[in-house]
Amino acid sequence: MERIPILKFGDILLVTIQVDFHDRIALALQEDLTEKIVNLSAKGVLIDISALEMVDSFMGRVLGNIAKTSRLLDCYAVLVGMQPAIAITITELGVTLTGIHTALTAEAGIDLLNDMIKSKSNGKVHAKRQVAKWR
Amino acid sequence: MRSAVKMHAEDIGFSKLNQTKIVTTASELGRNVLEHGNGGRVMIEHIKELDRSGLRMIFQDEGPGIDNVEKALVDGYTSKCGLGLGLSGSKRLMDDFELVSQPNNGTTITVTKWT
Repeated sequence: MERIPILKFGDILLVTIQVDFHDRIALALQEDLTEKIVNLSAKGVLIDISALEMVDSFMGRVLGNIAKTSRLLDCYAVLVGMQPAIAITITELGVTLTGIHTALTAEAGIDLLNDMIKSKSNGKVHAKRQVAKWR
Repeated sequence: MRSAVKMHAEDIGFSKLNQTKIVTTASELGRNVLEHGNGGRVMIEHIKELDRSGLRMIFQDEGPGIDNVEKALVDGYTSKCGLGLGLSGSKRLMDDFELVSQPNNGTTITVTKWT
């Protein structure tokens, strides 16, 4: 079966959806991606949908689920490159994609991921210091 | 099916936004035919009236039909595990929406978008 390639780029996984994103491919991507996040200890996932011509409620749900699943696996997901017509259409359709991070370009998306990963590790250091102080 | 719908929408001269709305609707309603209607058929029509033209899609299945049509058109109502946005959302994306269904006698949904 056709699958969407997942590229590793440091701590970040890159996914560009360029094929017709039908239901089975979408579910296969969700599965492949979660496996790779764990196996490669990825900290961020960038999903580029600039080549997608439409997103329906099913794909919207899968994209939202990928973002939520990633968070459970200690990884951030950012969706980039949504076409304006898709943004209007899915809003009217009622797909909300609540809680999903977005950026307009892949470059901005990588910056956002790096920021989130960095501020998270800073937060960890901070928490450790606090523990140390209490002791 | 999606690419056929897109081709027709392009030919008729719909804007990019309306093409996206039409293809998205086709995807939603096409999935309904497959999932709930056990398959069926789709007709795509280019319609011309005196002062306007448009695209009409008719989704027909011979599945179990819809028990409560009014309920099925409410946002978030779902008989399976979807989001329940397919029917209500398609209605919002298109200009005209007509649903005819009888229990055990299949479902026909006719949607139209005008240029």
